[in-house]
Amino acid sequence: MNIPYTVETRPDTGLANGKLGIWLFLASEVMLFGALFSTYIILRTGAAEWPHGELSVLLGAINTVILISSSVTMVMAWASLKMNEWSKHRLYLILTFVLAGVFLVNKYFEYSEHLALGEGPWASTFLAIYFTLTGLHGLHIVGGMVVMAYFIGPGAKMAKTSPEQFTNRIEYTGLYWHFVDLVWIFLFPVLYLL
Amino acid sequence: MEHVAVPGKPTGEHAHEHAHAHEELGFLWKYVFSQDHKVIGIQYAITGLLFLFFGFTLMMIMRWQLAYPGRPIPLIGGLLGAARASQGIMLPEFYNQLGAMHGTIMVFLGVVPLAVGGFGNFVTPLQIGAPDMAFPKLNMMSYWMYFIGGVVMLASFLMPGGAAQSGWTSYPPLAVISDGQTWWLVGMIFLITSSLLGALNFIVTIVQLRAKGLSWMRLPFFVWAQLVTSFLLLLAFPPLEAAGVLQLMDRLAGTSFFMPSGLVVSGRPLTVSGGGNPILWQHLFWFLAHPEVYVLILPGMGIVSEVIANNTRKPLWGYRAMVYSLIFLGFMSFIVWAHHMFMTGMGTTMSAFFQTTTMIISIPSIVILTALLLSLWGASIRFTTPMLFALAFLPMFGIGGLTGLPLGLAPSDIHLHDTYYVIGHFHYVVAPGTIFALFAGIYYWFPKATGRKLNDVLGRIHFWGSLVCINLIFAPMFIQGLAGMNRRLYDGGQQYTHLQGLPMRLHIWIGMAAWTLALFQLPFIFNFFWSIWRGQPVDRNPWQATTLEWSAPSPPGHGNFLTEPVVYRGPYEYSVPGAVKDFTPQFEPERA
Repeated sequence: MNIPYTVETRPDTGLANGKLGIWLFLASEVMLFGALFSTYIILRTGAAEWPHGELSVLLGAINTVILISSSVTMVMAWASLKMNEWSKHRLYLILTFVLAGVFLVNKYFEYSEHLALGEGPWASTFLAIYFTLTGLHGLHIVGGMVVMAYFIGPGAKMAKTSPEQFTNRIEYTGLYWHFVDLVWIFLFPVLYLL
Repeated sequence: MEHVAVPGKPTGEHAHEHAHAHEELGFLWKYVFSQDHKVIGIQYAITGLLFLFFGFTLMMIMRWQLAYPGRPIPLIGGLLGAARASQGIMLPEFYNQLGAMHGTIMVFLGVVPLAVGGFGNFVTPLQIGAPDMAFPKLNMMSYWMYFIGGVVMLASFLMPGGAAQSGWTSYPPLAVISDGQTWWLVGMIFLITSSLLGALNFIVTIVQLRAKGLSWMRLPFFVWAQLVTSFLLLLAFPPLEAAGVLQLMDRLAGTSFFMPSGLVVSGRPLTVSGGGNPILWQHLFWFLAHPEVYVLILPGMGIVSEVIANNTRKPLWGYRAMVYSLIFLGFMSFIVWAHHMFMTGMGTTMSAFFQTTTMIISIPSIVILTALLLSLWGASIRFTTPMLFALAFLPMFGIGGLTGLPLGLAPSDIHLHDTYYVIGHFHYVVAPGTIFALFAGIYYWFPKATGRKLNDVLGRIHFWGSLVCINLIFAPMFIQGLAGMNRRLYDGGQQYTHLQGLPMRLHIWIGMAAWTLALFQLPFIFNFFWSIWRGQPVDRNPWQATTLEWSAPSPPGHGNFLTEPVVYRGPYEYSVPGAVKDFTPQFEPERA
């Protein structure tokens, strides 16, 4: 039994199932992070004072650059599939995966520095928000890395059996990855600069 | 070696019948880890029914304590253990656990899985002429996420400290400092994830997999209801997931998202960093939980609409108006949440805004209810068992809705807030409202799922017994509430002089009615199992209905339809002037 419109688009909606699915998923993610950012606004406006300069702007800025670069390599991974350049696709996808990993390593140094000073999430409302928001964002990065690892490894077989569907899947992964990037672009000024 | 008939594995002599079958799956893959929307729907429905019964049982135990405070619970009192009931007398902590878990189980593990997971999964793809859901693997994952969430909730009763004790609303700071809450939060995160995956799947299925010719205004109302419900689940649940994560952080990582500074518990100051906001939880919680009310009711309305159109043998009155009302209702349900919070001191401006939106949202609900009532006008009604439940839904939901108006207005809510009046109100919406609609759906679609009808005599006993008992349970609560009886009191209010006499005596009557209601479910349970094997066999379209699911075999095989269905007309073409029969199905070509 075949489900219609898994690969080809439905003429009257102009969408394949997966495309609509990933956008709906991202809509729910917007609500998730929307609620968390609202929490930040409410707690911050209700606070008597708010700490400044607790985080290293340099490390945060480096991570911003890393994540934006990984978004670019993600697009290139998809575009090179469209142009039938398989080895380039592999290179860019692996590069995206590595950049995601570097982001997490950087994050690990940031976290351990705070924890060594006893500045855990229990210490203040600011740190609670910092650890929770960046922690959830980090989990999203890990999730993206798992998906990428699948398409670098066992999932790559599909490129031979059903190339069009494989290209679609990379596109959906990319949409998710840009969203994760976008969340960070909000997180960086909100936590590090403001 | 003898031939053993294993389901899904043809024995030698029947093998030729299966020669054309595309794939043969073993028992485990066909019935347990199935990706077929019908099997998943039935899994959801049966699990949901079991949880409904379990949640009801919790309430029956609580009802003893309310009717006879401080007397040992008969029969099971000794089995509960000293941590829950000492010498058979219920402890306050256990009473709180029962209350919290009754609400949680009924809403998140009973009604929604049955209405959305069960009926949505089984009926929606059939009604839109799809071979399955858009993402069958995701569908299977949704069910198992729900199952794990349910197991975590049940297991929390056996953990040290017991289950959650802070009501299904889990208001902090109480929820952050009381036992059992961690498992509740973990369970909820599983249930929310399951709902999100399911909602996404439903929307994609309805948008993408409609059969040829099935335009939006030809969709059965049930499908519209499932679509709007899915949007509510998709967009309202993530904020609760966020809130759940924050509360989990408060409990496990020592943060103070919901913990204000200077809190003193049992005479000792609490060592938290403080600076949190307990009202924030209420906002995040009700941002989900008010749309959730519509998640509970909309699938019920959808089922009732199908059953009413079928048994009045008339088109639904005002189908378009109903659809537009439904969509408007969906939008509005996102901006009424703080009418649950008039007592928090959030200010008169906020109260004025939310009571206005609340009054506005009652309009589309009334439009839908009125359209259904007018559909009955001038019909020669077939009083089948599903129709009885559907007809009872209308006045019951009407009572539930109208008693909500005084709660939606801040001045009258101040008197009624947190009393038994509130309990009476929302139970009228959900119990004789939604649950009756769900029973209507079970009696209506059982023949499609099994190929056999449920017994009508047992169905009527089930219906009339339930209708009388359920009203005897919930109508007296309005009186208790108006008399000022607070909900969530361990002794039912015995300690208060103003509740002596009738309000306290009503607890005994409500208890009796609740236990009798349980007895009237026995004919249903028996009927359900008996009819699976012994019920009257039926053909494809036993109700002479018009929608697509009745063109598939009963029960439909994997892939649903024998030929690709094509839709030629609207969903409710009953008693068309000049037609030979009194129903013209969507799937019948113009001229035969």
